[in-house]
Amino acid sequence: MVAADDRVSARTRIVLADVVRRESRGEQLRTEHPHTELTEQTRVGEALVRGLVRAQLSLALRLWLVVAVGLGGLPWLFAIAPSVSRVTVLGVHLPWVLLGGLSFPFLVLVGWAYVRLAERNEQDFTDLIQRPER
Amino acid sequence: MGNGYVVPALVAVTLITVGIGFYGLRLARTTSDFLVASRAVSPTWNAAAIGGEYLSAASFLGVAGLILKHGVDVLWYPVGFAAGYLALLLFVAAPLRRSGAFTLPDFCELRLGSRRLRTLATTFVIFIGWLYLVPQLQGAGLTMATLTGSPYPLGALLVAAVVTANVALGGMRAITFVQAFQYWLKLTALAVPAIFLVLQWQADSRPAVTPPEGPTFRTATTVVVEHPATLTLPDGQQQQIRPGDELTFAAGQPVPQVAGTATDPADWLLPSTGADEQGLFTTYSLILATFLGTMGLPHVLARFYTNPDGAAARHTTLVVLALVGAFYLLPTVYGALGRIYTPHLLLTGETDAVVLLLPGAALGTGTTGRLLAALVAAGAFAAFLSTSSGLLTSVAGVISTDLLGRGSVRGFRLATVLAGSVPMVLALNVSGLEVSQVVGLAFAVAASSFCPLLVLGIWWRGLTARGAAVGVLVGGGAAAGAVLVTVLGPPLTGWPAALLAQPAAWTVPLAFTVMVAVSGATRRHVPTDVGATMLRLHAPEALR
Repeated sequence: MVAADDRVSARTRIVLADVVRRESRGEQLRTEHPHTELTEQTRVGEALVRGLVRAQLSLALRLWLVVAVGLGGLPWLFAIAPSVSRVTVLGVHLPWVLLGGLSFPFLVLVGWAYVRLAERNEQDFTDLIQRPER
Repeated sequence: MGNGYVVPALVAVTLITVGIGFYGLRLARTTSDFLVASRAVSPTWNAAAIGGEYLSAASFLGVAGLILKHGVDVLWYPVGFAAGYLALLLFVAAPLRRSGAFTLPDFCELRLGSRRLRTLATTFVIFIGWLYLVPQLQGAGLTMATLTGSPYPLGALLVAAVVTANVALGGMRAITFVQAFQYWLKLTALAVPAIFLVLQWQADSRPAVTPPEGPTFRTATTVVVEHPATLTLPDGQQQQIRPGDELTFAAGQPVPQVAGTATDPADWLLPSTGADEQGLFTTYSLILATFLGTMGLPHVLARFYTNPDGAAARHTTLVVLALVGAFYLLPTVYGALGRIYTPHLLLTGETDAVVLLLPGAALGTGTTGRLLAALVAAGAFAAFLSTSSGLLTSVAGVISTDLLGRGSVRGFRLATVLAGSVPMVLALNVSGLEVSQVVGLAFAVAASSFCPLLVLGIWWRGLTARGAAVGVLVGGGAAAGAVLVTVLGPPLTGWPAALLAQPAAWTVPLAFTVMVAVSGATRRHVPTDVGATMLRLHAPEALR
């Protein structure tokens, strides 16, 4: 991964990685790059990470809501409107079609959407971090 | 049952599993150890391996049995078992892999830096692991008893011994190839006979799954009762039956209604209605337990470590979701056709055996029927071999590192024997419970303890070690208590029975609430390195 990114600003990228490694070892931060205020980088970095976490969480919650309504609403629907369960599709009752068959592709579709959108969030975050400083 | 293909099939599956395990282990010392750590294991292989370990006796045998017995309301089991991987994908997969934790106790220590929380997590891993192992052994006992006529305890003991010895001696340890093989074997073992069964059903001019007068015997049948029950005969009379009773029915005679099962066609075919509040509560509780419980199962988590990075963990989970979803299309076919070809299972109470008996019952005792029956038996054997090996490895792993405090091979072997013998004893005493029901309880405990811990630990900076510990104790403790009362306590009816038999709907919110409240009260103890941990959990690999 790193080797492919040589053309982008190497300075900022290494700083973030250093912060991760050092903080996880519990070491004190030292200024290695004379041109960079590491502490400030951390504060900025932390704000950015908060933004990323919030974006990913809200994405996960939104897709969770789709499943909660789409699948979780079914028992309630069948309970308040029993006539719905008597509808048949090709001779099979609707609850069997929905639960036994269609629910699985639906779950995969939601999962696929999540993977795409979550990766886009991460790409945005990476672009933001690696943007050359002005 | 006089099928000469069955025993060779079971022996072959066992030998192949043990063989690949040992052979693979020798390879692993040199190359694949290294390969797992690098990126040679593609998400597809990894996903098949996770699916192979996940699809247990409950999925292979239990789900079809439940559908045969209870009908549409239990379709939520397979849906929830699959949806659990979506929850894992949305909330846990990538950050957990990036955390570098190999087990749940590892994650606790890494995120919250508390040894005591680690010990508590270890206790719950062991409890959930045992609770999940029991139905696997139960399924093994049932399979052996159904297919070879051996007594139930013999099968359970035999499989427990084989799996324990195998894990203790080092076979089946995190070998991706074995587990991936098991997935495809299980899928084939259900899919191929299912095609033949549907063709046979067509050839029989499509008998109705739910004839208006209720299920009938297609052939003259003699039923030997194995569980006590109350029958309602077609003329409205009640009859008590006891184990050992023999009942004989002529072809075309209706199957008597058994109290506690959905023999009435409408009950079986249509979901419970608003009039049945407990039914609705049970359904939602089950959905919550399976949806949120998957992420807390000990053997599921360890496999994620073999992904090279967080992005791969996400792709793997998505493929697992697809593979597991494809598998779960099949048990419904068996459950529905079982109403036509094996209605006597409703009387014996051995509905879990429907997958094993259906090929023989529908296709007859010709070579095709016997070969397919042997294939199904091999798949069932693969199901509990792989799942129980995975579980036992995880449980023995935490026992040897966290309780015995040694990482030595001897310590691990001792832990394996310890970890294997307890569920073996338990399995001998719970033969009356349905396989899927016990598995459902394991999911409820996992959903009420590890799910809040993982979700809050990954997404909320404010979590403290104390909050996590109290939440796990209260939520997981309540669910575990409910499990113990259900399994060991007196029979209950009405709301108390529903609340204890499917506790997740109240224990999961309880665990989340307690965890958030206690963390808020102990805000001073938020780990100081939480910012760095969050960065590590969520920062994309491109920045490392």
